[in-house]
Amino acid sequence: MSEKAEELYRQREKRVNDAIALKKPDRVPIMVLFGFFPARYSGYTVQDVMYDPEKMWQAQWKTLTEFQPDMDQNPYFLRYLGPILETLDFKQLIWPGHGMKADHTYQFVEAEYMTAEEYDHFLLDTTDFMMRRYWPRVCGGLKGLEKLPPLHNIISYYMGIPTGFGAFSLPEVIEALDVLKKAGQESARIGGYARKYSEKARAEGFPLQVGAISQAPYDTLGDFFRGTKGVMLDMYRRPDKVIKACEHILPFMIEMAVNGYKVSGNPRVFIPIHKGLDGFMSLEQFKKFFWPTLRELMVALIKEGLNPCPLWEGDCTSRLDTIKDIPEGKACYAFEATDMIKAKKALGGKVCIRGNVPLSILITGTPDDVRRHCKKLIDTVGKDGGYIMDSSTGLDDARPENVKAMFEATREYGLY
Amino acid sequence: MDKKLVDMMADLKEEEVLALVTEKIKKGEDPMGILDDARSAMEVVGKRFESCEYFIPDLMMAGEILRQISEQVKPLLDKTSGGKKLGKVIIGTVAGDIHDIGKDIVTFMLDVSGFDVLDLGIDVPVEVFVEKIKEFQPQVVGLSGFLTLAFDSMKNTVAAIKQAGLRDNIKIMIGGGQIDDEVRKYVGADAYGKDAVAGVQLTRQWIGV
Repeated sequence: MSEKAEELYRQREKRVNDAIALKKPDRVPIMVLFGFFPARYSGYTVQDVMYDPEKMWQAQWKTLTEFQPDMDQNPYFLRYLGPILETLDFKQLIWPGHGMKADHTYQFVEAEYMTAEEYDHFLLDTTDFMMRRYWPRVCGGLKGLEKLPPLHNIISYYMGIPTGFGAFSLPEVIEALDVLKKAGQESARIGGYARKYSEKARAEGFPLQVGAISQAPYDTLGDFFRGTKGVMLDMYRRPDKVIKACEHILPFMIEMAVNGYKVSGNPRVFIPIHKGLDGFMSLEQFKKFFWPTLRELMVALIKEGLNPCPLWEGDCTSRLDTIKDIPEGKACYAFEATDMIKAKKALGGKVCIRGNVPLSILITGTPDDVRRHCKKLIDTVGKDGGYIMDSSTGLDDARPENVKAMFEATREYGLY
Repeated sequence: MDKKLVDMMADLKEEEVLALVTEKIKKGEDPMGILDDARSAMEVVGKRFESCEYFIPDLMMAGEILRQISEQVKPLLDKTSGGKKLGKVIIGTVAGDIHDIGKDIVTFMLDVSGFDVLDLGIDVPVEVFVEKIKEFQPQVVGLSGFLTLAFDSMKNTVAAIKQAGLRDNIKIMIGGGQIDDEVRKYVGADAYGKDAVAGVQLTRQWIGV
């Protein structure tokens, strides 16, 4: 690494770390979730970069070096997904070339991928449930795994072994195992590019925003297993099961973050928040079902020396007084539509806040509109440090000139 | 009106309500009366939602209870029954976007508030909106979208409605994740609604009820 790149790396990391530690850096740091913005900015479709890792590289690198955010994002985990999803015949997303136009972003397909009756199976042996029930539903290519017996009953020579492995000779199971092998190769490919990208970013002086991902247990349960409607009704019909499931998922969520950190060496953990926002449940329900295990997750990560970085999607203004109860100077809360003045009031001196130039302005407004909004954010929420500039959510469709204005305004008005 | 039924349902006591309805049917009570009580309860639920006492999960639960009561009661009714509607609304999630939770809630709230709602579903092509507006002749059209890609789809939909000569006869409202007044201007809609309550208020105001 050149001396200049090393110096830039150090400066950028310190700038962000200072903000998280609630200190005043040299200026307001800026970093964004690029989403599929780099593809469009480089003349590619979403489909191009989802399927071609070289195009993805080119697009991300051009965007990174031209905009120079204080921290970058590794583009491979969330966006170079075409081949692996194709291999698995993945059902939870539709994506360009697979139910979506070439220039549209991928979208989640809502369903009850776990029925209400399956809570007990999930709680008894989660891996067994996932492998034999959940994966076959979520991945068409793994449908054959339905034929497997519970593997926890294959114990020893007279318990399980004699006939227990019979299912592995069924054609459907063999087919599924073949899909797993191919998916393994695709995973290795994603991992290889991701590693190479991280090294390149490091060498050129760009730290990465996050090194691991995790979720609020309630979100994991609701997003992927029970569905939005399913989990909402469960709060009335089987509240104890919801709480039990969240507590059950919690150690998995801690493990996922800590393992990610061990591989990346980067302590910042991205936690997208989907179902705890205002309107999606009452404050009482938030305190009962959502917050306890999310707080436990964040506190556990902080104890491990990590920095939880939740993105509170939607409007979470009514949650501010609850979510401020977290060890000081360790977490970073990004907000999408939450009232930032109220957020600063509630969280100032406790948690670094990040956001939230509205995508509506970045897409439909002018550079002057963007500059005005950024200045207002810096003057109000940014003034004593503990603040990071960002858009409200992923940039995807933002206009390049408006993104440029956001970066310029931060460098111009954001000096402390 | 059976106050007990209305209160129970408004308080979302699913099991008790359904047991009571089963008992009433067994006793031979008027099925239309049961349905009217359920509708009254839904009005209470709607009011509680408007006053931020209830939230989306409460609406979903109320909807579930209503669905189950209807399943029990409707086979006993003749098909012609059903109250007079206040006005017509077409609603749908615009092309390219498959999100339906917000749209479904607005549909539900409009329906409960007495409007005749035609829900076109998700990822609705521009031509389908135009064609259905011609057929159904609504006074209000609601365009829903969660993702930013919906901005252009909404804009195209409004433009197509205008091109078909239908724009002057209808009011268009938009709503969803990233939607605000900036987007409304960009799209050329008449108003944006922050939530389902706002959507119902706009509709009431435009139709004049």
